[in-house]
Amino acid sequence: MTDAAGKPHLSRAHLLDLLRQMLRIRRFEEKCAELYTKEKIRGFLHLYIGEEAIAAGVMRCLTPTDAVVATYREHGHAIARGIPMQPVMAEMYGKQEGCSHGRGGSMHIFDAKTRFYGGNAIVGGGLPLAVGLALADRMQRRSNVTACFFGEGAVAEGAFHESLNLADLWQLPVLFVCENNLYAMGTALARSESETDIHRKAESYRVPAEVVDGMDPVAVEAAASRAVAAVRAGNGPRFLECRTYRFRAHSMFDPELYREKAEVEQWRKRDPIPHLIGWMREAGALHDPDLAALEAEVAAEIEAAIAFAEQSSWEPIEDLTRDVYAPVQP
Amino acid sequence: MIAETRDGGFTETTYREAVRTAIREALLSDDRVFLMGEDVGRYGGCYAVTKGLLAEFGPERIRDTPLSEGAFVGAGIGAALGGMRPIVEVMTVNFSLLALDQIVNNAATIRHMSGGQFAVPVVIRMATGAGRQLAAQHSHTLEGWYAHVPGLKVVAPATIEDARGMLSAALADPNPVIIFEHVLLYAVAGKLPAVPAPISLTGAAVRREGHDITLITYGGSLPKTLAAADSLASEGISAEVIDLRCLRPLDTATIVRSVSRTRRAVIIDEGWRSGSLSAEVAARLMEDAFWELDAPIGRVCSEEVPIPYPRHLEEAALPQAAKIVSAAHVALGR
Amino acid sequence: MGEFVMPSLGADMEAGILVEWLKRPGETVTRGDIVAVVETDKGAIEVEIFEDAIIDRLLVDVGTKVPVGTPLASLRTIGQAGAVGPVAAAPPGAAAPKEQATPLPPPSATIVRPAARPAGMPAAGDATRPYASPAARRIALERGVDLSGVIGSGPGGAVISIDVEKAAGATKPRAAERGPDLAAMRRAIGAAMARSKREIPHYYLSRVIDLTKATAWLESANAPRAPAERLLLQVLTLRAVALALRSRSGFNGFHTATGFRPSERIHIGTAVAIRGGGLVAPAIHDVDRLTLDELMGRLRDLVARVRAGTLRSSELTDPTVTVSSLGERGADALFGIIYPPQVAIFGFGAPALRPWVVGSAIEPRTIMTASLAADHRVTDGHAGSLLLADLDRLLQQPAQL
Repeated sequence: MTDAAGKPHLSRAHLLDLLRQMLRIRRFEEKCAELYTKEKIRGFLHLYIGEEAIAAGVMRCLTPTDAVVATYREHGHAIARGIPMQPVMAEMYGKQEGCSHGRGGSMHIFDAKTRFYGGNAIVGGGLPLAVGLALADRMQRRSNVTACFFGEGAVAEGAFHESLNLADLWQLPVLFVCENNLYAMGTALARSESETDIHRKAESYRVPAEVVDGMDPVAVEAAASRAVAAVRAGNGPRFLECRTYRFRAHSMFDPELYREKAEVEQWRKRDPIPHLIGWMREAGALHDPDLAALEAEVAAEIEAAIAFAEQSSWEPIEDLTRDVYAPVQP
Repeated sequence: MIAETRDGGFTETTYREAVRTAIREALLSDDRVFLMGEDVGRYGGCYAVTKGLLAEFGPERIRDTPLSEGAFVGAGIGAALGGMRPIVEVMTVNFSLLALDQIVNNAATIRHMSGGQFAVPVVIRMATGAGRQLAAQHSHTLEGWYAHVPGLKVVAPATIEDARGMLSAALADPNPVIIFEHVLLYAVAGKLPAVPAPISLTGAAVRREGHDITLITYGGSLPKTLAAADSLASEGISAEVIDLRCLRPLDTATIVRSVSRTRRAVIIDEGWRSGSLSAEVAARLMEDAFWELDAPIGRVCSEEVPIPYPRHLEEAALPQAAKIVSAAHVALGR
Repeated sequence: MGEFVMPSLGADMEAGILVEWLKRPGETVTRGDIVAVVETDKGAIEVEIFEDAIIDRLLVDVGTKVPVGTPLASLRTIGQAGAVGPVAAAPPGAAAPKEQATPLPPPSATIVRPAARPAGMPAAGDATRPYASPAARRIALERGVDLSGVIGSGPGGAVISIDVEKAAGATKPRAAERGPDLAAMRRAIGAAMARSKREIPHYYLSRVIDLTKATAWLESANAPRAPAERLLLQVLTLRAVALALRSRSGFNGFHTATGFRPSERIHIGTAVAIRGGGLVAPAIHDVDRLTLDELMGRLRDLVARVRAGTLRSSELTDPTVTVSSLGERGADALFGIIYPPQVAIFGFGAPALRPWVVGSAIEPRTIMTASLAADHRVTDGHAGSLLLADLDRLLQQPAQL
């Protein structure tokens, strides 16, 4: 998919695939918002709308045996990683046919087949796990990469600093992907960090870092491709600061008192999906029927996921205490 | 390297050496096992448990970590997720507080949150307890906090045999296991069979049989409790001593069986009295042995004070054999 | 026709206040349009609609607080009769999610009761050591009850306090509804009196009380009353005893193996004669909290039930002190025998008109001898004297009783 210089070879199929992933994520998240207002999804719901380019771009660079650690805003990552929408939606509903058996919900998507290690509700909590997963691959002589996604809020936590330090000290195969959307819940980056250039923090731990336009899936993929190659070659961890923006609130119950509508509108103009569509149209790589077909395909997939979730079943209360410990061997 | 003398089929050893032997055997028998923690390699271990292991096994398998409890405990969890069998050494329970998020929010929960897809077979060893005048920040007994959390297994080897055998049982267990080694036990000497039998990770043990009262304890308080039992014996009071061994899950059946016979119990716990593990044990006895009791259940715990530095105050703060004997007298009404 | 309902916007949102409509009836809206503003605890949140439709009618006024799920507006499908404005292209496959196919999860907790035990089964535990609560054991020790014969009504058939109290209150176990057999009761009382004389070191005090004021007050209080409602002197003396006991300790309670246990409540065992001879002293409960009328009512009721033989056994075991009054045809003074495990008994002799020193003159006054027999292990003459003095004082102010 990429040429020798690491720039993606932009075939039509490739671009369509990027667009498809972003659309799948976008429509899925929009539908989740609707389902939440109808109380089908409960608890907390954190939407990835606006940030799709990052998951879409990075996941293309990973192999099936690589590992992924993400945050509570992970539906997009899960879908782009290849977890089928049906068990993801069922998980959002809390049904036992969900990928985490309904036990985790929106913030705890896990999937063994795709080495997707959650879904973590503690900001920064996944970084040490990613370091450990990478350590395990290294010690077992496997050439896997562990991609660790986190928001810029995580860089305030001690776990970030400890993990970056340890990963570089031991030269572990971790790709740290910081999705800098400028707000940790309601706290603007400038109000919580003395150094707001996130990539410089990584560099202070000697981890090579790159700043990427997180609204451009092609740029994200290119940078990720370079970084993953370096990590896989055994050159230690790499860091991508992807600058992005979430168009919606931190979670559903957020009146967004901390940012101006005008700012949101400005960023909406850089929405990765219309941008890619526009670019592809100009290049003659996308026509109206293609887009309609794509939307129809995505809509059908989502409808099927909802139908699956609606038809799925509630776990019996008698099974309440299962999966706390390993089942006892007879 | 290991100071042992052989005497027929037995080895003269210490608790510390028993732990080291257990780690060494684990490293030899399973490539997936590795040890990491602060000063476990070059320094030889804060309590000299891991002395010599770096030279024998190399830096890949004996890993000195930076002072980053959150990161290296979390990395241990991640490595276990990734197929290894890490032994994470946290220098003491006092520092484990820095890793509490990883232990409680990741190790304990990942199996459940993932619907059973992932296991976290990590073993975390910690030194614990007081008695060396190390003052308030270095003298905690927090086994009860960890024993509170579903998803974790918590054990407290109090004998050399358990120090030797619980580690391999813990490594074989697919659940996260936390092993508490009381600082005052490391130097305890004793005999072990040269080839010890495998032991169970769970289940309480009757360390001394008796019929007048049951003394229930764990970890570093076992020697004091046995001393108290000796003292009581000289007064004609026959005390049964139970070592809980495993704090989560608790072996309720064994303690209920004992107290149903003796009808009296005193629980000895080096944690502070309020909300300690002893309260849990007492509640279980109340629930399951209420009708058998002839006296209220007694508790001997640490006094409600951060552990002080001067020796006489530290002694006064901690459980002692005399306090255990007195509590037994109260329960017996004589 | 569809509906636009109050959405759930958060984990703990139960209701929201509609603060602004941003669309009007007749307007066409597209999926994603903001149609209203809702005020929640966290602040005002813009609310979007998830379908293409025409707003038909607004159902909720601005400023109204409604629960999540309440219809806020009715909607018309685009293309339906009456639609105006541009028709938006429906996105392919956009349909409302199917209504819930599986029912809601079952409730997580139901109230459970333990299985009923057949009545009359022996207590759990073994024959030599039945299951009995600590409280039951203590009472058994105090009242001299053999636990192995007691039928338990506690969990699993364990013996609990009330079972022991019942056993202590009667010489043989009876069915719960009927009162105790009076003849058997008298035998038991006789045995108790004998034991009392053997074991309790009694001391005796008496005091002659001027009841003139009390009897005068009683006359005027009774004047407007029908005979059935008149108050007897006995209620004045009972009340005075109760009030006096409130402030002197050592006379209201029980003597146990571990010493005197004062009672917070004052249940006066009131001696009533049994037809055919003998006395019982069942409790009137909480005499210090009763009005005179209430007390009179209880007294009447008690006497009636003694005559009918329908006392409750708890009434015999509940008294914390006893009062015995001889009434108008009785002797001048009465010195009682303490009912164990109580520690005192009051006796009131017959009131009589006698010459009395008032100031420096001699006048005829109604006087009565009040006595106190008390347990010398708990109190002594000094305390007893003070108690009798209190009693006197109280009876001088009958209106305050």
